Amino acid sequence: MPLLGPADQDRLRAEFSLMARRVHLLFFTQALGCETCLLTRQILDEFPALSDRIVIDEVNFVLDPDRARQYGVDRVPAIAVLYEDEPSTRQPLPEAGPPVLEDSRIRFLGMPAGYEFVSLVQAILLAGGRGSELSAASLERLALVDRPVVMQVFTTPT
Amino acid sequence: MTLAHEMAFASPHITAWAVEATEYPDLARRYRVTGVPKTVVNENIEILGSLPEDAFIEQALGEG
Repeated sequence: MPLLGPADQDRLRAEFSLMARRVHLLFFTQALGCETCLLTRQILDEFPALSDRIVIDEVNFVLDPDRARQYGVDRVPAIAVLYEDEPSTRQPLPEAGPPVLEDSRIRFLGMPAGYEFVSLVQAILLAGGRGSELSAASLERLALVDRPVVMQVFTTPT
Repeated sequence: MTLAHEMAFASPHITAWAVEATEYPDLARRYRVTGVPKTVVNENIEILGSLPEDAFIEQALGEG
């Protein structure tokens, strides 16, 4: 049973069809002691149903602590947005092995419902090659950043 | 939120987390989140509410 209505599905399908790159949602989860992990998985499952350019890679937070550490994940559910740095239209060769994934450094902590869902859709489109919506002046300023910056934006679903 | 994510995508030095505040009351308490959106940068810069792009980036990078 899809969580999105037919009109929203059509709109998202059209938007995702323009993506130049395949996006991977690295989903950190655990089986026990996480009330929202299952619901988050249900939300994420909407995406591959709408586009073959969106892949969900599930990571067990308990069994794979190295991967969690690599992406700065210290609790679940969490999502890291990654992308394949090559055109999504190219069919992977059988002998090529797993695709090389680039990190967008875009993260989500908690269930992406409501406003966060909209943010997640925007993040997928951005990583998928839509191009930045920042001004040229902002991009120039950001190109000068040479130290680690970690931003946490607190929001609520409504 | 999208603005912080855009910043992360634009700079290899920036990571941006969207945090669902009601799901993590301990984090909301630790960062004194009384309204949303609230942005915390490197644990020491706080930005309350939504700002225009220029002002947001300026404050987030500690140039404001």
